[in-house]
Amino acid sequence: MNRRCFIKLAVKGTAAVVLAKGLDGIFRPATVHAGTAPRRFVFLVDTYKCIGCGFCVKACKLENEIPFNANVSRTWVEKYVVNAEGEVFADTPQEARNGFITGRIDLGHGKFKDIPQEKIKKAFFVPKLCNQCAKPSCVQVCPVGATYQNADGVVLVDRKWCIGCGYCIMACPYGMRFFHPVHHVADKCNFCYHRISQGMKPACVQACPTGTRQIGNIKDPEDPVTKIIRTQRVAVHKPEYGTDPQVYFIGLSEEVR
Amino acid sequence: MHVLRPLYVVLTLVAIIFIARIFWIPDDFGIHEQGYTYGWYRQTNVEEWKDFTVKYRGRDFCINCHALQTQKLASAHHKNIECENCHGPALAHPAEPLKLVLDRSRELCLRCHTRLIYPTSQRSQIKGINPDQHNPGLECALCHNPHEASRPQVRRSK
Repeated sequence: MNRRCFIKLAVKGTAAVVLAKGLDGIFRPATVHAGTAPRRFVFLVDTYKCIGCGFCVKACKLENEIPFNANVSRTWVEKYVVNAEGEVFADTPQEARNGFITGRIDLGHGKFKDIPQEKIKKAFFVPKLCNQCAKPSCVQVCPVGATYQNADGVVLVDRKWCIGCGYCIMACPYGMRFFHPVHHVADKCNFCYHRISQGMKPACVQACPTGTRQIGNIKDPEDPVTKIIRTQRVAVHKPEYGTDPQVYFIGLSEEVR
Repeated sequence: MHVLRPLYVVLTLVAIIFIARIFWIPDDFGIHEQGYTYGWYRQTNVEEWKDFTVKYRGRDFCINCHALQTQKLASAHHKNIECENCHGPALAHPAEPLKLVLDRSRELCLRCHTRLIYPTSQRSQIKGINPDQHNPGLECALCHNPHEASRPQVRRSK
């Protein structure tokens, strides 16, 4: 064996080893293990209790460093008013970060509509937040593995890894995701993971004065939220998308979209 | 075999990609608990999110120093309202910030106390005003004491 042959062999050998190691890292099935975490965070929203004060939105934006005056939010509250003719009016002025201090409906583009009291047949508030779906379509479409579901069932966004392509924002059937105006990556509600992972409640749950918002662990049968979900009449938002959302609503109405 | 040369080029390129991948991708990036479809991520990021700063510390934090005020509020109609909803997030108070920014605005009270008679919502059960008719422009706290809201009388002038 001369020097030329030796170098050739060495290069081929190295390439083969590297190729094998690379493939191993991607496809080794041993690294795939079933989710055996004792926790699976779920959320319960009792829409009968919501008074539309918007303290949840204020707390969320300040807690999670979402610029307060930017028109993006991880959570918001929607107001629905149904009149005698069955027409549905809905608004969420500035994501209700300042609550609903007027009965007028914000139609957008600077237009407002007053609905006289005697015409209102049904009116209520619906807080919305990320559903932390069991089958999150936003995670499926991420081309770089920047958004994922962790062991506790919470969908997180890796800000260092996100390339800002926006596929996930389009993929979410609930419109929960947005482009963070400061970090320039996708952003969304994560049930205040920094709080719930150390036993605290999410900022919106803590700020809610009426007990509309609750968080629980669906894998703990003694959890009060789990008991309500298992024994009372609850519904999820847009089940037809097959994403298996994990935010349960009491009193969800067909007008809510 | 000169026909095989393009194949060697391709193989070399693939090998280069795999070599670059070893240096580029962190060790903890891979398939985790939720499987390939939903659990393909950089695990350190979970810890990064856990280290995010908590701003809203809750009533149990306030009571450590402000026991009197907290207890007074606990017996009033506003007992369900967290201190920080009006006084602002505590962060590392009293170190940083030294003083919290209290929102005394009329709009803060109107979040709940604008009268909205919505038949199927709990909002209609809250005592409310028409903000255009009830002392427009004035701060509510000039007359009403938010810590003793159960007292029907308005504040006496000092």
